[in-house]
Amino acid sequence: MIIETLIAVTFVSAVVVALAPDEWAGRLAFALSLLPFVGSLYMWSQFEAAGNALTGGGIAFETQIDWLEVGGYTLQWFVGVDGISMPLLVLTTFLVPLAILSAWTPISDRISQFYALLLFMEANLLGVFTALDFFVWFIFWEAVLVPMYFLIGVWGGPRRKYAAIKFFAYTNLASLVMFIGFMALVFALPVETFGMPAITAALAAGEVEAFYGIAPDAIRLFAFLALFVGFAVKVPMVPFHTWLPDAHVEAPTPVSVLLAGVLLKMGTYALLRFNFTMLPEEATALAVPIAAIAVVSVIYGAMLALAQQDLKRIVAYSSVSSMGYVILGLIAFTEYGVGGATFQMVAHGLISGLMFMAVGVVYNATHTRMVSDMSGMADRMPVAVGILVAGAFAYMGLPLMAGFAGEFFIFVGSFGSPVAGGLMPLFTAAAMFGIVIVAGYLLLAMQKTLFGPFSLATDYEVGRAPVRDVAPLMALLGAIILLGVAPDLFFEMIRDAVADVVAGGVN
Amino acid sequence: MATQLPEWAALSPVLALALTGLALLLVDTINPNSRSNTSSAVVAVLGSLASLGAATWFLLAGTGQEGTGGAITLFADAIVVDGLALFFTVVFAVVTALVVVAAHDYLADVDSPGEFYSMVLFAATGMSLMASANSLAVAFVALEMASLPSYALVTFLKKNKGSVEAGLKYFLVGAVSSAVFVFGISLVYAATGSLLLSDVAAGLTSGDAPVGVAGIGVLMVLGGFAYKTASVPFHFWAPEAYEGAPAPVSAFLSSASKAAGFALAFRVFTEGFALGTELVAGVDWALAFGIVAVLTMTLGNFAAAVQENVKRMLAYSSIGHAGYALIGLAAISVGGTHNGDVMGAAMAHLLVYGFMNTGAFLFIALAETWGVGKTFEDYNGLATKAPMASLAMTVFMFSLAGLPPLGGFFSKYFLFMGAIFNGFWWLAAVGALNSVLSLYYYSRVVKALWLEDPAGDLDAVDSRPTALYVAIIFAAVGTVLVLPGFGPVIESAQAAANALFA
Repeated sequence: MIIETLIAVTFVSAVVVALAPDEWAGRLAFALSLLPFVGSLYMWSQFEAAGNALTGGGIAFETQIDWLEVGGYTLQWFVGVDGISMPLLVLTTFLVPLAILSAWTPISDRISQFYALLLFMEANLLGVFTALDFFVWFIFWEAVLVPMYFLIGVWGGPRRKYAAIKFFAYTNLASLVMFIGFMALVFALPVETFGMPAITAALAAGEVEAFYGIAPDAIRLFAFLALFVGFAVKVPMVPFHTWLPDAHVEAPTPVSVLLAGVLLKMGTYALLRFNFTMLPEEATALAVPIAAIAVVSVIYGAMLALAQQDLKRIVAYSSVSSMGYVILGLIAFTEYGVGGATFQMVAHGLISGLMFMAVGVVYNATHTRMVSDMSGMADRMPVAVGILVAGAFAYMGLPLMAGFAGEFFIFVGSFGSPVAGGLMPLFTAAAMFGIVIVAGYLLLAMQKTLFGPFSLATDYEVGRAPVRDVAPLMALLGAIILLGVAPDLFFEMIRDAVADVVAGGVN
Repeated sequence: MATQLPEWAALSPVLALALTGLALLLVDTINPNSRSNTSSAVVAVLGSLASLGAATWFLLAGTGQEGTGGAITLFADAIVVDGLALFFTVVFAVVTALVVVAAHDYLADVDSPGEFYSMVLFAATGMSLMASANSLAVAFVALEMASLPSYALVTFLKKNKGSVEAGLKYFLVGAVSSAVFVFGISLVYAATGSLLLSDVAAGLTSGDAPVGVAGIGVLMVLGGFAYKTASVPFHFWAPEAYEGAPAPVSAFLSSASKAAGFALAFRVFTEGFALGTELVAGVDWALAFGIVAVLTMTLGNFAAAVQENVKRMLAYSSIGHAGYALIGLAAISVGGTHNGDVMGAAMAHLLVYGFMNTGAFLFIALAETWGVGKTFEDYNGLATKAPMASLAMTVFMFSLAGLPPLGGFFSKYFLFMGAIFNGFWWLAAVGALNSVLSLYYYSRVVKALWLEDPAGDLDAVDSRPTALYVAIIFAAVGTVLVLPGFGPVIESAQAAANALFA
């Protein structure tokens, strides 16, 4: 029942905040957002790893209630967590209160609506990471888009309408493609539910039948491609990434934090759950192109970041690059590869959240994000800048920080991967080159903006950042270091949950 | 049950509507100048809620359904009460209640509001009789009973040129269509010698019926339905009538009246012109409906996409939705295993549509009472002034587009799924494509409400007509709640539809 309670509490919180007056909506939203955080910490403390939820492993905090029956199918309210979803659940509930804190300074218009939408989105995100019935999952998945559309479109920067509509159109179209692909797959299976474990089991047993005269193998392949494209937009992978920089640049800081920190993980999480767990044979058969896309995402994303002048754009493009590593880890089909990719989802969620938030703090003070407009910021806001530098190093993969653990696991896993006909070491080596570029553009940007003599193109008085802006940065940095020092906090349960996925790929 | 209710009690949802209408008319006749807007509205709402309560109760208790001995027929089989009739009565009663509540504020300045409420209730009575008609004669009388008050309702704002013009167009097209319909009935009667649907079916399959006469009759009846449901090519009256009519009337016509057309069509075609082992009188009406469905969906959506006037956009979107519901008749095949499922899904879609489309038109009514204007631009920035109503409108728009967290997603999905399983993947594909397209123009409203900055000053928006708000919020809550509560909806709809094919 705890999962339902968390989701319900968050929904109710959203309503309460929506009705609250603007004066204290921010504080109320922060207080209420701590409830799901505490709840997820409690779940974490009670959690015992017991395999993968989809491949017959134990499902923690499971609820399975019949919802409705139609056309021979039973839809169920079916939720639960395993070692893959548990860390993402904690990540979500951890990031939202921090995002709310970081919104106190920049958001000054329609305040209660803003926080209500954030909480509404959180409730749906919790649903995405816990739902185990496809329909329930899909409803939550789509319901995330709507608040995001408003958050960008109403509170965003100058080109917010364009960015919001582009985001909405891209992701909705992607959802449709994915939905059609999955439906084709389910209709071709002799299952009577949309429960993901049952579908996974039926697929593993090779029960796909011809549907409308289309051969089973063709349906599997079509479903895999449709799902892959649908999720690739969300991740995003090159060449489906163009909505991301627009959305990020226009979105206000707290929204960017959640977009990069959690929403992108929906894509990789879904890829892992659907493409790589349900259809491992198609995945391994297509390992070469998928790994190639991953490497291209890594390198191309990093190159694009290198060319940017806007700090937010730099971080946005580097997300494309980081997500490339996650794909590389997933396609490796080794315990360290898939596990590392999952770990990297959490690590990147924290690190990119930190980066966006730190850039936001600088922007609050300077009202510019252009690298060329400022220099010597370290003089004026030493604490915030210090954390920004630490975040940049975490991005580059400094040991003892979460980013290092994630990337290291991924490289170990993908280097020794059996898929792609022995080409994986090559792909891995190529992807590792991306780290050099990351280090390049981050150090370059840091050097230009943070150090040297102070100067600023705008005439804002720059003083130390207020505590309420710096506090969430500290919390994130603490979490990053904690996970870097003790990756087993999550990695153990992740490894346990991905073991079956990996086994599926080898067979 | 120890004491059985008499059989005619099965008609009590219809009677509740009729008696309430009569009572209102009586009071209004005896005391025409009392300007008792509020009390008339309250009585009308209570009447429609009583009807809603009775219909829901019967539906859940299994009255007239398989579990309790099957359909109840009355008056020499001319009227039948079964799952289909009760289900549609629920739709009509819901829409009637919403429209009446909203009309209270909308008509605050009108001279004789009592007439309005009685006419709405008479039309609703006619509609629920359409859903119960088991004979072509009753079908025609019920159709006229629903139509005549509707003509008057469209012209209710006598001093408004648009309203009068719309009413005249509606009336002229309606009169012609009624003539076509009744002529079709007479041909079917000539060919089969009966007006009772079961006898018509027997006559058509006996092989004695002259194929040409019967076939033309079936096609003419089909044309009559196409008119009532505003389907292409008999849709021309709809945009004019919906745009010109007072917005609550547009809501009533586009939701309830349309559903009534489907209720009648579902029964007449499956019971009277049942597709047996061979075609009925040489007419493959499922294919005809398929063509009409594709044309209606596509034309409705494309025309909606180019509108600048929000009310007119909704009028075309309503045509598009008639196209989706037509899939319920089009995706039926001889020996199809999912005939009942797909028709039940269409019924469920009409129920959800009753909430979301009524709500959308009521928002237009609200905007009209504010006097903000008619185009998308005029709606710019309304959310800053009226967030609750704008939120409700957003819910309606996204639900009409079929976005997942809302009721419209499920009803469309099960409709398309039923079509696919019954072998009509092309209908589902056209429907899905149109659905995607529709997001474009629905989201324009949302964009205007929330994202755009107000063009002029919106001081008038500060008024809060309570009853109109209540109706809109209720419709929004219904649109949202029908998703988690979709189980009973789809199950009773499909059970009702399956009973027709049994």
